[in-house]
Amino acid sequence: MNAWRKPGLWLPLVLVLAAGAWPMITGREATREVIFTALMSVALASSLNILLGYTGYVSFGHIVFFGLGAYVGFYMMSALNMPLPVAALAGGLSAGLLAFLLGKAILRLRGAYFALATIGVNEAARAFVNNFHPFGGPIGMRLNFRFYDAYGGAATALWTTFAILVGLTLVLLVVSYLVKYSKFGLSLLAIRENEDAAQVMGVVAPNAKTWAYVISAIFPGIIGVLFFFKNGNIEPTDAFRLHLSIETIVMVMLGGQGTVLGPILGGAGYQRLRGTLLVTPLFKDIQLTVAGILLLAIILFVPAGIVGWLRGRFPMLRRVLE
Amino acid sequence: MIMQVQAISKRFGGLQALSRITIDLPEGQILGLIGPNGAGKTTLFNVINGVYPPEEGEIAFLGKRVTGKPPYHLAKMGMARTHQIVQPLNDLSVRENVMVGACFGRENQGLSQAASTADEVLELVGLGPRRDQLAASLNVAEKKRLELARAVAARPVLLLLDEVLAGLNPSEITAMLTIVRQIRDQGVTIIMIEHVMHAVMNVSDQIMVLDYGVQIAEGTPEQVSKNPKVIEAYLGDPKLAERFTRRPAAEGGPADG
Repeated sequence: MNAWRKPGLWLPLVLVLAAGAWPMITGREATREVIFTALMSVALASSLNILLGYTGYVSFGHIVFFGLGAYVGFYMMSALNMPLPVAALAGGLSAGLLAFLLGKAILRLRGAYFALATIGVNEAARAFVNNFHPFGGPIGMRLNFRFYDAYGGAATALWTTFAILVGLTLVLLVVSYLVKYSKFGLSLLAIRENEDAAQVMGVVAPNAKTWAYVISAIFPGIIGVLFFFKNGNIEPTDAFRLHLSIETIVMVMLGGQGTVLGPILGGAGYQRLRGTLLVTPLFKDIQLTVAGILLLAIILFVPAGIVGWLRGRFPMLRRVLE
Repeated sequence: MIMQVQAISKRFGGLQALSRITIDLPEGQILGLIGPNGAGKTTLFNVINGVYPPEEGEIAFLGKRVTGKPPYHLAKMGMARTHQIVQPLNDLSVRENVMVGACFGRENQGLSQAASTADEVLELVGLGPRRDQLAASLNVAEKKRLELARAVAARPVLLLLDEVLAGLNPSEITAMLTIVRQIRDQGVTIIMIEHVMHAVMNVSDQIMVLDYGVQIAEGTPEQVSKNPKVIEAYLGDPKLAERFTRRPAAEGGPADG
């Protein structure tokens, strides 16, 4: 595979690797936390991009996979005392399985109807977990502090979680690149552009869409487990935050939907902006409003996002930014 | 018989779009499908192609019953089509558009093979120099050729052409007909819907006439153009029909119709 020689692949990887290495070199925990949040956004946006950017399906329920994966993984750690890697994998797979089943049911809907169905799914998942006693119902679950001993104590566990997240983001970007430039990716792009025409040309749209949905769901499932492992406790209101789904859409749109690099710029850029707004007295309570206005502005003025705008403005960048 | 359509009917609410249409299509032929606007020609394509299931009747393709099968199933078996209203994949390049046809059609080609198929087919339809442009940037005549290129890249055994000549000027029509004949000569069976009468009369081996969803005539172009029912229902004026059938000869074109 000569994909490694393409700047479209290694540029995103180098960016993430550099961001990940920085706090590890300086050893500063505050930087690590900032980068952790940014990378989590990058990974959530990148995974949503496979569905939103490549396949053209707007999902308001991306965070369901984050929340559900987190709950499954957390349950395995707190109740069954399973190690983190197993729990993370189980979280990812259960999110993937949910996407597979959901996909069979709601991916036949198109456009606004699909988007509405995904909102319903988000609410349904939260209501389910709220009333599901093994998962602690509305109170949620917490990890015994002793659980972290197996990972060298809580302080070390935080670093380990960070390293896993960096690795996972790298894997996700490689997957995103390979999907985009594969035959499977071509079928997704064809569906995005014109689903009926794609089917006439032989694209088995129901299967392609379902697999795109499954791939885009596995990663948030794993990230959810990492996030709440680090957090120590999990509650329904934290795990299923609908506004996080919307913010993820803003990130994808901001960076450039359908590109590998876009979600990195969008995710990191949005978190940077949000961080600034949260510490500015004037904006700290209305940062979601700013996100809404930002989304509006992107759709009106730069619908292709940062990467799409750069590609259009500077044609020589097309070989580099993909 | 490459395809057998047995008495299919299709209704849209109160409108009987197709009633008991039957086609026996031998291999290697061009079947011209004509009829006034709203006669049900495109609906017939949509039913054959699996876009709509028929309410009655059976369709067999390559000896297998395919009634109600989805379009991608038929595409994989070797049926390709173009659309009357062009359906380009706007944000993909011309080449990628054609690669979709090659990748997911009958031969299920891999990406690199599909790329070379695409280049070859784009040369055939004369879009070679445009291959790296976005499909959205093509003009209508080029988009029609793109439709054809995508369908041909699938290496189909049966090709459904829905008004590929509409909107083209006379020299473009001549060029397009040459391409259609070349495709036929490669052994591809073709059904073409066409309003450009002298062209369809000229290129078809058989003609079928639809009017209000009813099959009112079929036969060679010669027979059909002399059929009084056709003249009455479709052409209106018998002398006009005569002129259409004579015109290619008068232009010095090949008179194989």
